[in-house]
Amino acid sequence: MVAQLKAPGMIRGAVMFLGGIVFAFFLTWVIRASTGHSTFHHYISGDAITTVALMAAPLGFLVGLGGFDYWFYWASGRKTRPEDHSGHGAYTWRDYFRINTDHKVIGIQYTVNSFIFLLIGGLLAMLMRAQLAQPGSHFVSANTFNGLFSVHASLLIFLFIIPVFAGLGNYVIPLMIGAPDMAFPRLNALSFWLLPVAGIMMLGSFFAPGGAFADGWTAYTPLSDTAPVGQVFFSVAVQFAGASSIMTALNFLVTIITMRAPGMSFFRLPLLVWANFATSLLVVIATPFIAASQFFILLDRGLGFNFFNAAKGGDVLMYQHVFWFYSHPAVYIMMLPGFGIISEVIAVKARKPIFGYRMMAFSLLAIVGLGFTVWAHHMFTSGMAAWIRIPMAITTAIIAVPTGIKIFSWLATLFRGVLRLDTPMLFALGFLATFTLGGISGVMLAMIPFDIHVSATYFIVAHIHYVLFGGSLMTIFAGVYYWFPKMTGRMYDERLGKWHFWLTFVFMNATFGPMHVIGLQGMPRRVATYASEFAGMNLFISIASFFLGASTLIFVYNMITSWRGGPRATGNPWRGMTLEWQVSSPPPVFNFDRVPTVVGGPYEYGIPGAVHGIFAPPPVPATVGAGSGAATPQGP
Amino acid sequence: MNRRRSVTITVILALIAVGIGIWLSYEIRWFPVAASKQAVNSDRLYHVLVIASIPIFVLVVTAILFNVWNFRMRPGEELKDGAPIHGNTRLEVFWTAIPTVLLLSLVGYSFVVLHENEKKPAREIKIGVTGQQFVWTYQYPRALTGGAPLNSYELYIPRNESVQFQIHSRDVIHAFWVPAFRLQEDAVPGITTNWRVTATRLGTYPVICNLLCGAGHSLMRSAVHVVSQARFQEWLKSQASAAAGGSSGGAAAGGSAG
Repeated sequence: MVAQLKAPGMIRGAVMFLGGIVFAFFLTWVIRASTGHSTFHHYISGDAITTVALMAAPLGFLVGLGGFDYWFYWASGRKTRPEDHSGHGAYTWRDYFRINTDHKVIGIQYTVNSFIFLLIGGLLAMLMRAQLAQPGSHFVSANTFNGLFSVHASLLIFLFIIPVFAGLGNYVIPLMIGAPDMAFPRLNALSFWLLPVAGIMMLGSFFAPGGAFADGWTAYTPLSDTAPVGQVFFSVAVQFAGASSIMTALNFLVTIITMRAPGMSFFRLPLLVWANFATSLLVVIATPFIAASQFFILLDRGLGFNFFNAAKGGDVLMYQHVFWFYSHPAVYIMMLPGFGIISEVIAVKARKPIFGYRMMAFSLLAIVGLGFTVWAHHMFTSGMAAWIRIPMAITTAIIAVPTGIKIFSWLATLFRGVLRLDTPMLFALGFLATFTLGGISGVMLAMIPFDIHVSATYFIVAHIHYVLFGGSLMTIFAGVYYWFPKMTGRMYDERLGKWHFWLTFVFMNATFGPMHVIGLQGMPRRVATYASEFAGMNLFISIASFFLGASTLIFVYNMITSWRGGPRATGNPWRGMTLEWQVSSPPPVFNFDRVPTVVGGPYEYGIPGAVHGIFAPPPVPATVGAGSGAATPQGP
Repeated sequence: MNRRRSVTITVILALIAVGIGIWLSYEIRWFPVAASKQAVNSDRLYHVLVIASIPIFVLVVTAILFNVWNFRMRPGEELKDGAPIHGNTRLEVFWTAIPTVLLLSLVGYSFVVLHENEKKPAREIKIGVTGQQFVWTYQYPRALTGGAPLNSYELYIPRNESVQFQIHSRDVIHAFWVPAFRLQEDAVPGITTNWRVTATRLGTYPVICNLLCGAGHSLMRSAVHVVSQARFQEWLKSQASAAAGGSSGGAAAGGSAG
């Protein structure tokens, strides 16, 4: 028993989690008692305990789980455990529930965890659509409804799209660049375990007094400054999710820069690696800003800093600037890895080199740069200084150019290919169509007089879902089907995959398409009820959304049954050239038994005899050379 | 040759699709009735954007379908690869330059509309708007009432006259949105924001809070009455006398936040 409590793991994690709560209780008690709160009632404040406990208890859990063990041992001068690779790889299901330093295990942890939150977030959306099926319904209360869409957006942004891309990247990037693992495996392990913490915290806010945080994922102040304690769950959860993002992005950057196989120059990198390189730059530069915005809120709420209290000289609009300085680049954080996936899928499935490879890479970097110059287009009606709108509108229009280059290059890649129209390819083609619509509505929103009318209406809801559902989620499905054989060693069911695609594609458009129109006609977003003129359209949207939700069950069924009992996959079922397909499915624990050498581009399809990477011949056993002198003089 | 024929058919189908799209863009009732000068300008901008977007969307979809139709893998081609085309600099310059020009012209046109919509007229009246959870109140200054300033739950504005709304908030952020005018701006605690409108059509139109302001957000609604100049003066007078008559109930209790 004592041994179990001392060893890193779930049990020690649970104990230290409780320790965090006790710590929060006493810390707030002592501080409040020593700063003039005289009565017993004032010593103990539920809000204060909750706020501190939300930070201390999960940290306790992570320490207990063993996320910090190695560094603690080192820092305290104790003997660090030699790296015997015992924490590496997964041999039973239990290995997925501990600190694991294998990037392939972490990639699967990330991906599965993200999809669980996709299902939860989607369920919340369907509860919202049930409420909105008719005007004036009382399926849920207005406050609960506000909580539903706030948690829906927060989960799907911070716990699904951003981490699922990090998960796929985690699995694939080291394989693609010919590395045995990520640069910082322990940091990688810790970065995963921050995610369930953040997700459970967001969901847990539903049980907070006063309900879940209910002011959108944007958490605009002063509403969030004065909201019930559920708000703190958001502000703190964002810190955990954001820290996870930053750790992974740093890891990706260092891995990509320093651990490429011999011969893997930057312009031989597969575009997925380029995309994650660009995304990681965005993440490390931008994410601290949302962390700051939420710390401002925490300081305002907990300690009365009045950053955003106009009556005390606070500046309400500053929150929005800091928030969007992250959250606009975040849109690209949620899209660029998807661009990478589409490049992989289209090149392999069209059997062609990517058209304009260098421009594809440069356009990613252009988006990284421009992505930081457009944030205030979310604030055209916010009351900020009017002139800021002008440069932001220009950059917003211009940022469509690199995105356009990518769309056109993919289309040109299809030309004169041999298109295999299987599930990943269907999702890639569907993505091209729906994402173009999302891009077009995005350009329209750059036009200030138009944006002034539709800002914060259902038109925006339609736009963001065309970009994130029609864009990101389609690429995620494409990527999951594409790498499923590599990750699980099994093939998925192609017929179910195609059903999944067509149902998703049709009902996605049926759900989000009509939202454009009701937005133009004057339906605001984030409302629990609406004018009766929108009743017909909303009922239609709600019904379509239930079918859309149901279509996801096909995916879940396909994934689970195929993983358990699908036909065995070969190492390279798609005949891909990139390195991850040159090893077995799933790959060996350290990825490559022999170090690959890269000798050409990643997409040289159609060129006879072209190869991307070769594996050095196995080292000649030393005894042969030493023993027989007669064999040596044969070399050239 | 066969390829040429399929290209011709594709181009014709695409042009038909563009034609249908543009026809639909005229047929669909996109917006609520336009009740202001600004609304007419914004709607025209929207229509230009839609017409510019249709060919681009049709181009992308047509290219996908064309490629799928012509280059899909046929039985027996399982091991075949496509043509090793790596790029075409001229084409890449083309699809970088043309969208840039198109986008800059559209954004330039939008600035013209913006300038036109926000231009300060020679003469305008100012009305205060105050948002608080979850009601709108409106403040008519002395310059308009001729007597004591008026605070009202109702919003009356004269037709064909430029009105500037000075927007305030007492608690959290709200957004003062009149869909029929196509105009909105946030009501932000601590600062005064504004927009100006010249209403052109008599009638009553919804005023909607368009920024989440709490549990009552969906019900934070009001109305704007666009009336003739004579009727507007009449209404102001009736309000003034009602206030003077001692019925200090209702709106007067809302106070003035101007």
